[in-house]
Parts: sequence; C-alpha cells; structure tokens
Amino acid sequence: MIFRRKVVAELGVDAAENAILNKEVEGLSQRQIVLARFFRHRAAMISIIVLAILVVIVFSAVDFSLGPITLHGWWKYSITDTPDLIVKGCPGYSIGCPTLTVNPFSAHFGLGDHPFGQDDVGHDYFALVMRGAQRSMLVTIIIGMLAGTIGTVIGAISGFYRGRIDNVLMRLVDFLITIPAIIIGSVIGYHFGNLGATFLAFYLGLFAWTGLSRLVRGEFLTLRERDFVDAARVAGASNRRIIFKHILPNAVGVIIVSVTLLMSGAILLETALSYLGFGVVAPDVSLGLLISKYQDAFTTRPWLFWYPGFFIVSIALSINFIGDGLRDAFDPRQRRRISRKDRARSSEIKREREAL
Amino acid sequence: MRRLGTLVVILFGSSFLLFNLTAISGDPTEALRFSTDPKAAYQLHSLIRQLQLDVPPPLRYFLWLKGILGGFVGKLNMGLTRDGHAVTTRLVQAIPTTFRLVTIAALIALVLGITLGIITALRQYSRFDYVVTFFSFLMFSLPIFWVAVLLKQFLAIRFNDFLANAKIPPGWILVFAAVTAVFWAGVIGGERKRFYQVLGIAFTSAAVTLEALNLLNWYANPRLGIFVTAVAAIGIAYGVTAISVGLEMKSALKASLAMAAVVTVLYYPLQMIFKHNTNFRVLTGLVILTVLTAIGFSRYFAKIDRRAVTRTTIISGLFMGLLIFIDRMMQTWGPYQELDGVNGRPIPTIGEGNPQLSSHDFWITTLDRAVHLFLPTIALTLISFAGYIRFSRGTLLEVLNQDYIRTARAKGLSERTVIVRHALRNTMIPLTTIIVVDLAGLIGGAIITERVFGWHGMGTLFNEAINTLDLNLLMGVFFCTASLSVLANLVADLLYSALDPRIRVGGGK
Repeated sequence: MIFRRKVVAELGVDAAENAILNKEVEGLSQRQIVLARFFRHRAAMISIIVLAILVVIVFSAVDFSLGPITLHGWWKYSITDTPDLIVKGCPGYSIGCPTLTVNPFSAHFGLGDHPFGQDDVGHDYFALVMRGAQRSMLVTIIIGMLAGTIGTVIGAISGFYRGRIDNVLMRLVDFLITIPAIIIGSVIGYHFGNLGATFLAFYLGLFAWTGLSRLVRGEFLTLRERDFVDAARVAGASNRRIIFKHILPNAVGVIIVSVTLLMSGAILLETALSYLGFGVVAPDVSLGLLISKYQDAFTTRPWLFWYPGFFIVSIALSINFIGDGLRDAFDPRQRRRISRKDRARSSEIKREREAL
Repeated sequence: MRRLGTLVVILFGSSFLLFNLTAISGDPTEALRFSTDPKAAYQLHSLIRQLQLDVPPPLRYFLWLKGILGGFVGKLNMGLTRDGHAVTTRLVQAIPTTFRLVTIAALIALVLGITLGIITALRQYSRFDYVVTFFSFLMFSLPIFWVAVLLKQFLAIRFNDFLANAKIPPGWILVFAAVTAVFWAGVIGGERKRFYQVLGIAFTSAAVTLEALNLLNWYANPRLGIFVTAVAAIGIAYGVTAISVGLEMKSALKASLAMAAVVTVLYYPLQMIFKHNTNFRVLTGLVILTVLTAIGFSRYFAKIDRRAVTRTTIISGLFMGLLIFIDRMMQTWGPYQELDGVNGRPIPTIGEGNPQLSSHDFWITTLDRAVHLFLPTIALTLISFAGYIRFSRGTLLEVLNQDYIRTARAKGLSERTVIVRHALRNTMIPLTTIIVVDLAGLIGGAIITERVFGWHGMGTLFNEAINTLDLNLLMGVFFCTASLSVLANLVADLLYSALDPRIRVGGGK
C-alpha cells in the first residue's frame, strides 16, 4: 500500500485524479466498464425506464398484430369503436374532453372513461394515440434494425477489403446520399403507404443506412491497420474470423450509438411523412397523422393536439438520451466528472506528497 | 477534376433511378382514363403528347436529360408541368422564396448554436452545460410541425393580444428578469459568491430595464435613439476588440471607437437619407462605405499588425451598421401596425407577405417581410441549432485536449489567445464542412415548414408534384436539391483541404 501511495505522490494532482479514475476500472473487462459507465449516466437510465414503461403501455393497451400473431389489448375501446360523445363537464362548449386526472386528491383521480378525450366522431382518443405510438415505434424499430444491418455489412466490407469493392460501394452511398431523406420518403410513402406501416418502414430502411455505412467504413479502415489485426493474421486467422472476432467487437460502440441516433431520426421522419400525407394513411393511425388532422382544433380542443405530440417527443427524447449515454460509455476518452470528494482526495494526496 | 467527373456520374445515376421509380409507380393519366367527361379523350391525348407519355420511362429519361444538358448551351429545358407551364419558370418563382425562408434561419441557428456550443464546452459539466444539453436534446426530438402550431398559438396570437395593451405586467417582469439573471450567471460562472453577485446584478438591471421600457411605452413604439445607439456602439467596439485581438491592442480599440464616434455623429444625417429614398442600392453603398471607413481608420491608427486591426474594425463597423438598421426598423414598427391590412396584429401566422399592403415604402415592405419570416425562422432555428450546439461543443472539447493547446498554455499565452487563436480556429475546420453540407440540405428540408406556414416555395412544388404525379416538376425540384447537395459536398471537401493542410484532395495513396 505504501508503495502505491508513493507512486501516486510522485505524480501531480492531475495524475492523482487519473489514478483515482483508473482504479475504478482495474480488473474489469471492457464490457463491464462500458456497462458501469452507462449505468452511471443518469439521464440515460431515466430514459431507459421511461421508454420501457411507454413500450409496455403502448403495446399492451390496444390490439397489436404482427403477421399471424395478435395480442389483445386491455383497454376497453378499440380504434374503430365509436362510443357516445361525452358533453358533460367540459370547459367552454367543447365536447369529448379528457377524463384523465393526475391529481391524487381529486375525487375523479384515475383514467376515467376516456383518459385522452374523444375525437369529433367519438373515437376514444387514448386508443388512437396508443395505436399511433405502436405504429411509430414499430417503424422506428424496423428502420433501425434494417438500416443498422445493411449499413454495418456494407461499411465493414468496404472498409476491410478496400480497393475496388470499396470504391463501388462508396459511390453507391454517395449516390443515395444526394437524394434528401424526405424526398425519398415521400416518393416511397406515396406509393407504398397504403400497404401499411410495416412495408413503409421496410422501404425507408432500405435507404436509411448510408450515413452509418460511412462511419463503419471509417472505423474499419483504422482498426484494420492496428497491431492486433496483424497479430491475428500472423496467427493464421481467416478474413471472416478477423472481421467478426477482432474488428467488429471494437467497432460495436460506433455502430450502436449511430443506430440509436438513426432510430430517433426515423421516428421524426415517419411522423413528418405521415403529417405530409405520404406516410401511414387512414384508416390506419399514426402520431403524425393525428397531429396533422387536429392541428386546427388547437384552440377548441387542445388535447387532440397535445397527446400525440407528447408521445413523439418523449419517445424521441428518450432514444436520444440513451444514445448519448451509450456514446459516453463507449468513448474511452470520455472521463467522468471529477466529484468534489475525488478532488478533496487528490489534494490530500498532494499534501501528503509535499509532507514527504 | 476526377472528383467532379464522379459527381456528375452520381447525379446522373440518382436522377435516372428516381425518374424511373416515380414513372413506374404511378400513372398520371389514370384519372382521365376512367373519366366519363366527353372531353376526357381529347385531354388524355394532349396530355400524352405534352408529357411524351408514349415513350417508355427509361427512354423518356434521356429526353429529359437532353433538355437538362441544353443548359450548357443556354437552352435549359426541364419540360412542362401537367398544366402546361415550363418547369423552369415555376422553379425560378419558387427558389427565392425558399432561399429567403432558410438563409436567415440558418444564419441565426449557426451563430447561436456555435456560440452556445463554445460556452458549454468552456464550462463543461457546469449547471449551464447540463441545462443547455437538455434543451438541445429536447430540440432534437421536436417535430417541426408540432413546434410550428405551438408557436402560432403561443407566440403570434398571444403577442398580438399583448400589443393591444403594450405593458408587461409586474409578474412577468419578475419571471423574465429571473430567467435573464440565471442565464448570465450560468454563462459567466465562477465561484459561488461571484455567481450570486452576477445573479443579483443581472436580475436588478433586467427588471429595471423592463419596467423603464414599460413606462416609456416602448413596446408599442420601440426605438433606440441616438443615445442608446452611441452607448451600444461603444459597447460593440470594446466587445469585438476584446474577443478579436484583445483589449491590450490599443490601435484596434482606437479604430473601433472612432467607428463608434462616426456612427453617432452620422445618426441624424442617416435618418434623413432613410426618410427620403432608400433601396437596396443605397444600403449596399452604405455597407461598402462602412468597410472603406474602417479600413481607413485602421490604416491611420495601426502601424503594425494591420491585418488583424482592419479585420476587427470592419467587424465592429458592420455590427454598428446593423444597429442603425435595427433602429430604423423599430421606428417603422409603429406606423406599420396602423396600416390597413395589419390592424394592430403585426405577427402573422401564415403567408410570406401581406397582400393588402398599400404602402410601397422600402422600410414598410422590408418590415412586412421580416414579420412574416418571424415564426418560420424561429421554428427552423429551434430545431436546427441544437445540432450545432452539440457538434461545436464536442469538437471544441476534443481540440482543447490536444497537445498544441497545452503547448500554447505552457508558453504563457493569455487564455483568450489560446481559446480564440488556437482552439477556435481548429474547431472551425470540421464545422465548416458540416455547415456547407447542411445549408444545401436546408433547401430540401423546408418542405414541412413551408406547408405549415403557407409559403409557396420548393416544398410546395414538391408536394404538388407528388400529389398530381407530375414527373417533370418532381425531377425539376430533385435536380435543384441534388445538384446543390453534390456541389456542397464538393465545396466542403475543397474547403476542408484548404483549411487543414494535412489533408490533400485526390492525393496521398
């Protein structure tokens, strides 16, 4: 112990702080370090919890079907039910106002009959918003997975093999990048929007991978020159083994972070397309569609506008914060904020050094 | 040159793809073909002839391409729209509108975003940093159409209501003052005692200013006047000098102060000029005059380091000119509200200009354009500056960790020199390239904004093209956005290699 203290004492305060930070990661694997850093990121942890709660509520509230599987929702209304419009107790002369009461001391505390109110023909707005959020989340997940896979594969191939393959693939990327996302999206959405949200997401995913593939390529280009790759090659590893066992695990940080950011972009793209009328089309529901339908009702029945927007913002915000937390966790240069306690400790070490 | 060739090939390929994708996926004659109207057959026939629909799409693409290539010999032909207008005339009408919409928003977003990014990087892990980071993530996650509706409701309509009785109630004065105080205390930072000092000073001065403006009935009839202009000009002289070359360089300070004096002396004569005949030519002339005066002063005051001094003086001179411009706009505010089409509700929620405007005065029309730009600009700025905050913060932090910054500090340079001359310049290299590419993307990205605020620009054309299956119009819009983005990428690459000598275009294999 004395020996360690002495080593620390020979370094300055900065170095002492470094030593404290380094001590935390001693004897841990890379994965453990990353996880530990991620769990310490408060905003990211809150976002994960919020997102998880939202996902559970959204997917269980109303019927959800994917191919042959159909999950029945616990909410009493579906998006096609048209119960009678509630007139009683609404402010002004409006109808179908929300019954959600969050004040725990109120007599009406709880969800009530129509927590988010009703639209103009009486559809339960809670069911509509839940369905819209399902659509948006589904689109986000599909785009994220599809674009993530294509982007990684293309980036990895062109970064690893370089040469002619790289040239061809990167020209392909250049060429897709010239078309703005919203233009591709609109053209696709206009023609395939009526096939349903899943198809829309699928086609959008086919075009959304370009940015990611450039990043992955850059990462592969630098990693393949590193000594451990040479060592693996000398040891007789095949290209496949080098790519999957040596380079990919080192590039996974970049990939995960940019896929999260891609997903938060995807949810905004989907809502924007639906807003323009090129995305999900009626009778299906999406958050963007709901907002575009009721934006004029803002002065009379603002809840028709607030709730879908609230869901878009909370989903996108949580994904963004999770992405930020992941970036911090994977970035080896990112240092934790030195807390006051650490600082006190390092100046204590410094004093000891001066006393020596 | 080789890169340019590749880019042309790319443009060719992507336009071919888009053309065929659109052409095969929808039939523009469908509505007419199933129509029972007796004239339908004739209309169908003329439409087919007009748009050359009898040619299969891959071949038709080359007909379209021939028209585009005609641009090189001065005969650009982008074909006709469905209703028989030339696509080029429609584009020429639309481009200036979109341009006006996006440039100002982009500039404000850039300046604000980069400034905030730099401040947060310099105050890393402070409360201010956390707050700005949270807000930038929030902005990232906002759909623009949603923000736009909120802005219309809360900013435009409420503000117009407020102008009916233009006095800020005391409660709001306290709120505004508190927000200002917290902001400045966060920006300036420092030890706890200093934090509370700044907080107190900022709170009091903000509250007093707002109340004083209330008493002067300033909100209904704002202006700066010669006194405020003079004080602000001196402030600009000191501020710009401090950031640009440091206050210890007396010659730069003197030259800037001389500019301030000139602006103050010329305040009344300028008002006379503005009153009678103003147009863009006069304003441009004044800008050139400002630059020339600034060069003159810096030549006179500075014997060494003339370039830096000239730069500083020109920057402060231009800011002072902006001050005069803002003052004149403010003076127009009162008369503008009383005009017929405005009726005391100056902030419109829709449109790009007031069609009922009777006056043709330069200042009135400029102000009219400005108020119509107000909401869309805020909406566009809000969603785009978050990216610049994050990016400039990240880059500056990275640069500050470099060895050359440590070397500069070790040499004993002042903190200002280290930050401005060593760190900022290196931060600007990646920023410039991002900015150039972003600017090109903005033209295509304003589609939703145009729709929400009822502007008739490129976005509207694009919408119309998709909804009516108007292939030529769609390709026209695409051609503009795609060539802009290709050009921007090229410019970004060239700039990058010009700014960063370590990078060579096309070489280094």
